[in-house]
Amino acid sequence: MNMADHAPHGELDKVTGRTTTGHEWDGIQELNTPLPRWWVWTFYATIVWSIAYWIVYPAWPLVKDHTTGWFNYSSRADVAVELAKLDAIRGGKMAALSTASLEDIQKDPALLAMARAKGKAVFGDNCAPCHGTGATGSKGFPNLNDDDWLWGGSLDQIMKTIRFGARSGHAEAHEGQMLAFGKEGVLKPDEIVTVANYVRSLSGLPTRPGFDKAAGEKLFTENCVACHGEDAKGNPELGAPNLTDKIWLYGSDEATIIETVTNGRAGVMPSWEGRLDTGTIKAMAVYVHSLGGGK
Amino acid sequence: MNKTVLPSELNPDPDGPLYVAQKKIYPQRVSGTFRRIKWILMAVCLGIYYFLPFVRWNRGPGLPDQAVLLDLANNRFYFFFIELWPQEVYYFTGLLIIAAIVLFLMNSLGGRVWCGYLCPQTVWTDLFYAVERAVEGDRRERMKKEAEGLTLQRAAELTLKHSIWLMIAWWTGGAWVLYFADAPTLMKELVTFQAPMVAYIWIGILTFTTYVLAGFMREQVCVYMCPWPRIQAALTDEWALNVTYKYDRGETRTSLKKAEQARAAGEKVGDCIDCNQCVAVCPTGIDIRDGSQLACIQCGLCIDACDTVMKKIGREPRLIGYDNDINIHRRMEGKPEVFRTIRARTVIYTVLIAVVGAIMLYTLSHRTLLDVNVLHDRNPLAVRLSDGSVRNGYTMRVLNKQGIDRVVSVEVEGPPSATLQVIGVEATAAERPTISIGRDQTLELRVLVTVGSEENLDKSTPVRFRVIDTKSGEVAAATDNFVTP
Repeated sequence: MNMADHAPHGELDKVTGRTTTGHEWDGIQELNTPLPRWWVWTFYATIVWSIAYWIVYPAWPLVKDHTTGWFNYSSRADVAVELAKLDAIRGGKMAALSTASLEDIQKDPALLAMARAKGKAVFGDNCAPCHGTGATGSKGFPNLNDDDWLWGGSLDQIMKTIRFGARSGHAEAHEGQMLAFGKEGVLKPDEIVTVANYVRSLSGLPTRPGFDKAAGEKLFTENCVACHGEDAKGNPELGAPNLTDKIWLYGSDEATIIETVTNGRAGVMPSWEGRLDTGTIKAMAVYVHSLGGGK
Repeated sequence: MNKTVLPSELNPDPDGPLYVAQKKIYPQRVSGTFRRIKWILMAVCLGIYYFLPFVRWNRGPGLPDQAVLLDLANNRFYFFFIELWPQEVYYFTGLLIIAAIVLFLMNSLGGRVWCGYLCPQTVWTDLFYAVERAVEGDRRERMKKEAEGLTLQRAAELTLKHSIWLMIAWWTGGAWVLYFADAPTLMKELVTFQAPMVAYIWIGILTFTTYVLAGFMREQVCVYMCPWPRIQAALTDEWALNVTYKYDRGETRTSLKKAEQARAAGEKVGDCIDCNQCVAVCPTGIDIRDGSQLACIQCGLCIDACDTVMKKIGREPRLIGYDNDINIHRRMEGKPEVFRTIRARTVIYTVLIAVVGAIMLYTLSHRTLLDVNVLHDRNPLAVRLSDGSVRNGYTMRVLNKQGIDRVVSVEVEGPPSATLQVIGVEATAAERPTISIGRDQTLELRVLVTVGSEENLDKSTPVRFRVIDTKSGEVAAATDNFVTP
């Protein structure tokens, strides 16, 4: 481009018979093609519009605040109105959630869908910090997807656990403590090793060479069956886990089991009664039950 | 062909304004072949637009009986026997592709056929001009009245004209909203002021745009606002037929009297008598004799005007007609005219239209009325159960696009020991879970697949979900993977 070759302003273009703007690029001149006047008016109208916009709507930032506009419009207030509308719409169904029985919720597809959606949201807000967003848990925090339940996996049992928690201090909370057999001096260290190997053998895990199974069984019968049962399948009344399955809350290796028997275990889950309303707790119970492990 | 322009006709100010006032155009009444074609096409286009919402189409109970309906609230589009869901929006893509190529094809055959005869801007402007002529009189009368200024009669005429314009504009907006709801019901609601606010707002918007665009903006829309003239100029070729002044025959322009004298003396003069009728009838106010140009919408009215004059003075018609530069030059060289309709581009456009149309017809005729989508859980991917077996969770969405309630059963194919469970559903039919889905609805289900611990699975194994209509046996299937922890 060479703007230096400035043609005389308003020269007549012989081909079109029109004047040029005088701008020239490499010998090509620009024809003077005036804009229609309404176009310019439209442009001015947009300027007027923008000034009106400044006045009507919040527009200018101030030191600590901003201009609020004529109508005190705020998109946040709009959201509040929309949310109130949504609450009004949901009101009926939410009421149905808190009055319907858990079984009825599960049988009614519409209520079930509602409870699962709500339960998922509430779970993310309240339960995910310990149990994980996918309810998969971690060491000491149970996986809620599987079919192994410390305190029972029926709808009512799950509901009760959510309402009152475990060892939460609530009067109706699940109670039950695993004794610290080592610390309290009930079992000697070599006895703990033996019983730990016996527990491993219950679910088909390999045992330490020279392990005396008969001694292990004797120790187990004397110390453990009270809570874990004679078949070692646990007791949901006491939160005693099933020791014969493939699922381990703290871990199945020998060292972890020795640690468990030595120090005992007493995981805590808070009570949600009073913090969440009945409908919400029901929705959560249905959601957790529907994850797949519910009995 | 470029007319010599006298300096006095030019913008006299070299530092002229950056903008120009709109030059008011007073198109004259004209009759002839192309005017008749335009009347017929206007009647057809407006007839379809205004009355289509009232056409009924029975789809059975519970479904709307309006032939063409955009049901935004329920996310459905009804077009006679077709019912489209939001995920089938690609049919609109196909329609738009076809529309574009048809536009290109028309352009390569007959120039701006769309602009001249079918574009809403042209159709409504033409209608508004017809009203203007009926109320205020023809070109000369209108120019005279405008120059005379406002009298009582003039005020009455203007009031009448704008009232009629506004009524047409209002009807245009009114017809628009009828495509979005049951037309007779909405009509009743509109009249009794029971209709939703949004309907009135849209009628207002379209009344305004119709009134302004067809009553005032008119040719300004075509010249300054519309992209098509620019695209069209780039798409056309030398074989396309355009409304053309045949300057080989018309030049030198000579008055009737002088032409007779000149011809008597054996001189050669053109057929154009410079009567300016072609300019007088032009709705965009241009002179077609300046050659093909952006502002020409090629409506053919100048052909009618010129033919009328030629007939009157006993000369051959079609001094202006559908023609192209190639033939002008051939005639000047004494060669016969050639018209090539079948060219590479017309063939390609036609083939493209056929291909896209065929694909659309195929997918439309083969689309299923039962559909299933499956989405694997992201967290957790897999769950180990107490007996060592592995379970995967899926979200399944079943779509019933039929107008009847249906009962379907769900089954899974994959690892031999795979079992399937649908949350909240009992396995009833042959140990398969069965679910009822309301007509024209989707249903989201939580599906669990469990594989026994004895099976030695890869990290990921394909599984196939089948949804079977228990009555008709129609099957929809979706594939996903089964993952081990």
